[in-house]
Amino acid sequence: MSEMLNEPRIVIVGAGPAGVRAAEVLVAAGLRPVVVDENQRAGGQIYRQPPAGFVRSKKQLYGSESAKADALHHTFDRLRSAIDYLPETLVWNCDGQQLDLLRRGQQQSLPYSHLILCTGAIDRVLPFPGWLLPGVYTLGAAQVALKAQGCVIGSRMVLVGTGPLLYLLAYQYAKAGARIAAVLDTSSFSGKLRAAPDLLKQPLTFAKGLYFLAWLRCHGVRIVEGVQKIAVSGEQKVEAITWHKNGRAETLECDAVASGFGLRSETQLADLAACAFEFNQLNQQWLPQRDGAGRSSVKGVYLAGDGSGIAGADAAELAGKRAALALLEDLGQSVDLRETRRLDRALHSIQGFRRGLERAFPAPVEWARECADEEIICRCEEITAGELRHSVKQAGTVEINRLKALTRVGMGRCQGRVCSAAAAEILACSTGKSLAQVGRLRGQPPVKPFPVAVGVVQNSVANSEREIA
Amino acid sequence: MSEHLSAEVVIIGGGLMACSAALALRRMNRSVLLLEQGWCGAQASGVNYGGVRRQGRPPIQLPLAQRSHAIWQRLPELIGSNCEYTISGHLKLARNEEEMASLEDYRAQAEEFGLQLELLGRAALRQRYPWLGDKVAGGSLCAGDGHANPRLVAAAFALAAKRHGAIIHEGTTVETASFDGKQFTVRASNGLEVTAKFLLNCAGAWGAAFAEQFGEHVPEYPIYPNMWVTEAMPKLVEPNVGIVGGGFYARQVARGNFVLGGGRGTGQLAIGSTRPTSASMFASMKMAYEFIPALQNALVIRSWTGVEGALPDHQPVLGPSATTPGLFHAFGFSGAGFQLAPAVGEVLAELVVDQATATPIQAFSIARFSAHNRGS
Amino acid sequence: MSLFTRVAETQRASITFSLDGRSVTALAGDTVLTAVLTQADSLRLSEFSGKPRAGFCLIGACQDCWMRTEDGQPVRACSTEIQSGMRLLSAVSGGARE
Repeated sequence: MSEMLNEPRIVIVGAGPAGVRAAEVLVAAGLRPVVVDENQRAGGQIYRQPPAGFVRSKKQLYGSESAKADALHHTFDRLRSAIDYLPETLVWNCDGQQLDLLRRGQQQSLPYSHLILCTGAIDRVLPFPGWLLPGVYTLGAAQVALKAQGCVIGSRMVLVGTGPLLYLLAYQYAKAGARIAAVLDTSSFSGKLRAAPDLLKQPLTFAKGLYFLAWLRCHGVRIVEGVQKIAVSGEQKVEAITWHKNGRAETLECDAVASGFGLRSETQLADLAACAFEFNQLNQQWLPQRDGAGRSSVKGVYLAGDGSGIAGADAAELAGKRAALALLEDLGQSVDLRETRRLDRALHSIQGFRRGLERAFPAPVEWARECADEEIICRCEEITAGELRHSVKQAGTVEINRLKALTRVGMGRCQGRVCSAAAAEILACSTGKSLAQVGRLRGQPPVKPFPVAVGVVQNSVANSEREIA
Repeated sequence: MSEHLSAEVVIIGGGLMACSAALALRRMNRSVLLLEQGWCGAQASGVNYGGVRRQGRPPIQLPLAQRSHAIWQRLPELIGSNCEYTISGHLKLARNEEEMASLEDYRAQAEEFGLQLELLGRAALRQRYPWLGDKVAGGSLCAGDGHANPRLVAAAFALAAKRHGAIIHEGTTVETASFDGKQFTVRASNGLEVTAKFLLNCAGAWGAAFAEQFGEHVPEYPIYPNMWVTEAMPKLVEPNVGIVGGGFYARQVARGNFVLGGGRGTGQLAIGSTRPTSASMFASMKMAYEFIPALQNALVIRSWTGVEGALPDHQPVLGPSATTPGLFHAFGFSGAGFQLAPAVGEVLAELVVDQATATPIQAFSIARFSAHNRGS
Repeated sequence: MSLFTRVAETQRASITFSLDGRSVTALAGDTVLTAVLTQADSLRLSEFSGKPRAGFCLIGACQDCWMRTEDGQPVRACSTEIQSGMRLLSAVSGGARE
């Protein structure tokens, strides 16, 4: 199909920091990419914009990051007339030469010659008793509720997990007037101390982190580190949370819990695009292979931002630019080598900081061993840890796709997006294998569910550009 | 690594045909070694639609299908689980008078093989199955047919074979097979070498490639039938549903999900590179919800396909080699092997042990593709 | 009886919709999820355990927040804007009716 296209047809999936900067570089080089995004407005998650008509200032929405958010949004607004923008559009399949889109309840196909995947990330989720109860959300969800809807998820909240987002969210919520009963961090203070040298590679970010911590303490928000054995209780919704520290249990009443243990890349489209994957030790996740510039193993497919390895919003902007430059290089255009080298150096430095973050906020390793049999691992299908362990014992299951086929874990609406990390940990723990050895879930379309009766638009989007709103 | 093993029977392939043969041979006390390139049931055996039906088969398949039907009733005793096997009935829909007439013709033929089918006109159909849309002209019901979970069946046969003492090597890709006049030698890419008195070629879509190594040419080609599944929904549809012409098939499992199929996907024989084709999938989906309107608002959560071997006359190759004594083939089931597998396993075991089987399989002989039979 | 609390952006036009047959109001720009959870404790019931669910990730990833309209259409609550006149069901366990 791409042989029929006289000029490159470049599609960028995702209008977050990476996608916007990639589009900017391509437009500056005289190209007109298509930018497809699931949300109503550009910005991704961290710079997510509320619906039009909301009144809070960017400072109120994004705090210390407001200048970056503003710059990104303005850049995109200026790009609008130079790109083909498809918001509220789901890319649910990638076929090698075309994308399948779901847009306004209709199916459309979009041929491409080059693809830049900027698909972002979701919270890494670890199950605990009660995590299915109404009132339990991810840290990201709590942020979106506040940023994009002007709501807090409860009136007496507990935040639990680990990672810098834990403290950022606590700070944002407390500033917005929410009552935070406690911030429970599963990582230890000593771990953070040891990580300090790496964290200092990004001094501004490190300083911000210390600032949030200090502010929270000053405002009487209780912070507990080294927390273990989390359990949420309640009848129809969250009522209390219990944890252990140094062998002592404590319970706090609350009506909402926000939880997260770092981030996890959304790699489904890279998988469908036939990119080669490898297990990444730092991210503890199978990720599509990419070179320093963002080239995947597939000619014409580029990867940028958190969707192929967690590095944060600043890195995503840099990576978006870098991938677009790599694409231009591969098209035979000359690019500014000083710029590519500057980007490479900046990205490299951020990786050092990332390693420090992992050391400071490691995901709790003992949870898989301590997870009770009756704990639900798969939200969609309500499959328990016991069912997974039974499959290992009874059927000798040692591989994750087999585990899915036999127990239904990962077979529900989210297709393993939320549970595959936890399921892999349980499988690894039960079999004594490493996470890499238990394999990775094989992806198939659709990347997200759609209703059976989607109409089929006969023209591909390439022929109907003029109708794009 | 170079390892040498031997057994009385070596089997190429670890799908359902292979595992049911391994189990049957073990029950007749023959030593069995089975070599599978991925894991057992990874291809067509484990990812097919899951229909367990006799209705609709070419009449010459019915004796084999009837034998298999009896074994399906004994699954828990045979392999330790019924694998969600449900006698739900199989309902084949007709859209017009011509299709209805073809169902009537088939009923007469099926009766000769002891298969009873019930024909229903439009009014009776819609009264019995109120979930049917109004495009239906009539249908044929086989009350004793049904469906099962192919992932569980394939895995359970493999496990049962293992428990009965079959030696199964997964992740072992067979490269060559040969016969020296006395015994077969099978070599895998990991250096494993197996010698045996008998060889079963149950290599599915790769079956013709191995037949070729014994001078037998079979025009097998791979097909990749589209499959997709919806979220769980309130239980509405009892029978396994098909339609004249095969445009779509649908079954609702006990858990509530609809499993549907129709149209062809794409792929390569290499493992792991199969993909449904959206265009053909949407065409089948449209047909499905025209006949089952409740599907319109169901969420599709996943699609998939697998590698299946097909032959031009849509009949399998099943029976002795035409060139090599001790070699038996069972492949190319053309999308209709699932229900037959338990009986195919027994037939293969009988061929090995007794050099004969009571079930008529002449029509599936590999000889029908040999040079002097390939005419006009 | 509600999970979410509004702390900002309250000066918006009112939107009337129906939840389990009751006429209720939300604000223009609310997602279906916000519209429902600012006055109720759940979005749906699990089709397996019957227990209530109220969404989880809010960014369209976890697929926990699917609701149904009265005429059977599926709605992903966190990524769908509330519309005037929408007729939503929450005390149901998903899946279309005929």
